[in-house]
Amino acid sequence: MAYVPLADQDQEMEMHHPHSWVEKYVWSQDHKVIAIQYGGLAVLTGIVGLVLSLLFRLQLGFPESVDFVDPNFYYQAVTMHGMIMVVYFLTALFLGGFGNYMVPLMLGARDMVFPFLNMMSVWTFLISVIILMASFFVGGGPTGAGWTLYPPQTTMAGTPGHDAGIILMLVSLAVFVVAFTMGGLNYVVTILQYRCRGMTLMRMPLTIWGIFVATVLGLFAFPALLVACIMMMFDTLLGTSFFMPAVIESGSPLDYEGGSPILFQHLFWFFGHPEVYIVALPAFGLVSDVLSVHARKNIFGYRMMVWAIIAIGGLSFIVWAHHMYVSGMNPYFGFFFATTTLIIAVPTALKVYNWLLTLWEGDIRLNAPMYFAIGFIFTFIHGGLTGLFLGNVVIDLPLSDTYFVVAHFHLVMGVSPILVLFAAIYHWYPKLSGRMYNETMAKAHFWITFLGAYAIYLPMHYLGFLGVPRRYYALGSTDFIPASAQELNSSITIAALIVGTAQILFFINIIGSLKWGKKADPNPWGAASLEWQTPDTPPKHGNWGDELPTVYRWAYDYSVPGAPEDFIPQNTPERVTPAASDEHIDTDKDSTLADV
Amino acid sequence: MTLAVVIFLLVVGSIIFHFASPWWFTDIATDWGSIDFTINVTFWVTGFVFVACNVFLAYCIWKFRKKPGHKAVYEPENTKLEAWLSVFTTVGVIAMLAPGLFVWATFVTPPDNALEYEVLGQQWQWQFRYPGADGILGTADTGFVSESNPFGVNPEDPNGMDDVVVNDPDMHLAVNQPVKALLRSNDVLHNYTVPQFRVKMDLVPGLVSYLWFDPTKEGTYDIMCEELCGIGHFVMRGSVTVESQAAFDSWLASQPTFAETQNAAGPDIAAGQAQYAACAACHGANGEGNQALNAPKIAGQQPWYIERQLNHFKQGARGGDGDTNGAQMTAFASMLTTDEAVRNISAYIATFPDNPAPTTISGDIANGYDIYDRNCAACHLDNGAGVWYTDAPKLAGMSDWYFVTQISNFRAGIRGLHADDDYGEQMVQMATAMGDLDEIEDVAAYINTLR
Repeated sequence: MAYVPLADQDQEMEMHHPHSWVEKYVWSQDHKVIAIQYGGLAVLTGIVGLVLSLLFRLQLGFPESVDFVDPNFYYQAVTMHGMIMVVYFLTALFLGGFGNYMVPLMLGARDMVFPFLNMMSVWTFLISVIILMASFFVGGGPTGAGWTLYPPQTTMAGTPGHDAGIILMLVSLAVFVVAFTMGGLNYVVTILQYRCRGMTLMRMPLTIWGIFVATVLGLFAFPALLVACIMMMFDTLLGTSFFMPAVIESGSPLDYEGGSPILFQHLFWFFGHPEVYIVALPAFGLVSDVLSVHARKNIFGYRMMVWAIIAIGGLSFIVWAHHMYVSGMNPYFGFFFATTTLIIAVPTALKVYNWLLTLWEGDIRLNAPMYFAIGFIFTFIHGGLTGLFLGNVVIDLPLSDTYFVVAHFHLVMGVSPILVLFAAIYHWYPKLSGRMYNETMAKAHFWITFLGAYAIYLPMHYLGFLGVPRRYYALGSTDFIPASAQELNSSITIAALIVGTAQILFFINIIGSLKWGKKADPNPWGAASLEWQTPDTPPKHGNWGDELPTVYRWAYDYSVPGAPEDFIPQNTPERVTPAASDEHIDTDKDSTLADV
Repeated sequence: MTLAVVIFLLVVGSIIFHFASPWWFTDIATDWGSIDFTINVTFWVTGFVFVACNVFLAYCIWKFRKKPGHKAVYEPENTKLEAWLSVFTTVGVIAMLAPGLFVWATFVTPPDNALEYEVLGQQWQWQFRYPGADGILGTADTGFVSESNPFGVNPEDPNGMDDVVVNDPDMHLAVNQPVKALLRSNDVLHNYTVPQFRVKMDLVPGLVSYLWFDPTKEGTYDIMCEELCGIGHFVMRGSVTVESQAAFDSWLASQPTFAETQNAAGPDIAAGQAQYAACAACHGANGEGNQALNAPKIAGQQPWYIERQLNHFKQGARGGDGDTNGAQMTAFASMLTTDEAVRNISAYIATFPDNPAPTTISGDIANGYDIYDRNCAACHLDNGAGVWYTDAPKLAGMSDWYFVTQISNFRAGIRGLHADDDYGEQMVQMATAMGDLDEIEDVAAYINTLR
């Protein structure tokens, strides 16, 4: 059946215009307000995660320098930092924040398909964050089982927060999954059903492709986490033995028998690996758009980029056990998972080539968002390549559970996506706020963050080569770790403190610019995609005024030969008489995804 | 412009850092050179791509930066180029993956001549078991685990009787003899790692995992736990000594078999009582302790702990530099010439009535509870009773002033760092939870409430 935009099916979509301040900013059903609520809450939670990391970095760099960072707190801080950053910060900010903001605007829709459900999603997310934070205030404190929550230790006496802390963590995750599912269904249905006239799938900006595939991944992956959480709660509260074999706690046997700790790891990583791409794919999409706009050049190989996103998303479900090469699972699995893992390097590498080729023969405007986007390319190349070490099963033997792993995943799914977040926030700030940010401050923020992050993580790989294990409160005395490793740890901590503190620049900039920023042009970068073509800046509730836009071309018509300007907005019609400017690619042509 | 230069300098800087770095793989001590080979192949392939991509990135930023009159070229796709890049990448990936899979095939199939030994992990210590003359390890199960049978060896299994049990975190191996380590855990996940051996594997309760290697270089290497196993994860240490076959054989012969540990004669309490006369002068007739003479209460303490500490004093693992009171004990402990004598006297001390020692320390009990509950209870238990399983002595009802002295000694590195004090460093590290003397006293004051 041919695709009929929903906008054409309903003459006028029913809008729930707010009647009061509370309805407009608190119980709002406007996707843009919800996006800011989601993003703001994710950032606040992320600040907690950042502070925790600085505290345990102080312990690692300068042992015993902070009185309350004892072994117990160290493990709690490491655990909460990991879980907060991966789930409550990155996932929520990319999908809840950018997903909400971008999807309707880039697709030419007035809002999400289910605005009420969207509102429910953000408030449910708030509940999950409150439950998570509550664990800091209960007896025993938050769980210190590591963000992977591996049983059996999670619920046993030797682990910090093994009583109330872990239960709150499991409940919070379960509630988060509920929030995510409400939001995720919304993004998927909106992308499939709510595109404006002419916005075929193969004309969608890559941001939308990234968010779309990431959300689909999330809808398949999060249920694995949900059942793992529920099963672990059953083990803890009801005495079942899903993950618990016969074990001894403090010298006495516990009343468990026959469960499999490795089963939990399979469930966790069946969620956990796609989770990497739930964070990475929206970042891939956003950075593609930022690069293309500021290079004044179409994204190179759009169709391959789309297929690469889909391929990476699909492959991400059959690589999970590369996190478990040394877990004690049947070692023969290693052959399969090493092969699938290294295959995923091919589409990922193609994306990197295409970003580089987008810059090739461009007309590069080095604005702050472009700085961050280029910084992303650098850190992502580094982080991606180190993944080839860990994915190749036999190299994982010496490197697993060392600082090499920490350095790798921080570069590839910490620093890289965060650089994209900054690029994206600066890039879309003028549309979102109607003001310009301060360029000088943004560039200072870039230099400190980018160079500082590399100063943290490049040396950390070498600690891993040496064999320094991760998750050690103190190195203690060994024969193979030289004293210089401690000095290196100190310098890493100093870099981390500088980078952490420098984020104040970002907050000053984006908050201060709301008041003092220069009034922004509706389309200051000359971008072709639809969100820059709204009648109002910032867009009003309903986004498009009286009439929905119609799309005639892809989102990347930059520097088209013969065109009067170096960009052609997506909603600019083809001329009646063919002209030079119309001799451009139609990514929709001959495409199997057209007219779905 | 600056950005292009900086990206280029970062590439150059990364290369310089690599070659200048003193931090690199340890010298390999097994014949897993094939793993190092795969790493090197991967390193050079990825290193080339890193340099090529980033130099190209820097070049693009510099060459195609905004210039007046310059316009970007409209080139949406280039199927040929994209195909070439795909092929090029695929070849690179195969170059790295193929050797990796071959080496992995070797790793998953231990050779027939590999001798087996068992590694048992528990919170937070290593123990080892070697098959006896029959070459077969007896079956084991956590259900059999007790203080006298920490491995949980099945007492009904004849194969287990001659197994050599090493209830100690220091193990030995013969050089150039391939071995297959069978890995078991009594409680949570652990990971048996020796960096110089290159291979590692998790210990999983409920199943037996394995790894194999052929030690090729004599020496003593650290065993690290590399799977988070609770609060003591970072102090779960051991060592492995690779030595000549002859030295290994004689070491193995000096270790008890499972049958010997099970059938050992009970301690002679009367003999212990006779020897105790020398102790009574300071520790009191009933082990109640005497602060004036710096003698702590010993009544009620766990016998295995008394035994271990007496041995430490004898070996000089305690009572060294800076520990003047400990030095006094060295002389007395040395009067116990045999292991039997140490065991007898410990057994005799265990017969004393256990009355709580007088309290002499006061402090902030709430803060003491906070520190104890967070960091100490995992081993010494919530009630301060201590337990053999975690090598934790009893604290509740014992001399509080002695607790303060000993924690101070751990903090100062006076106690616990001797190579023969296997679990001492755990306390050196964990004692950092108490930042200063006030906090130590707070914890002592809290422990006083547990009597």
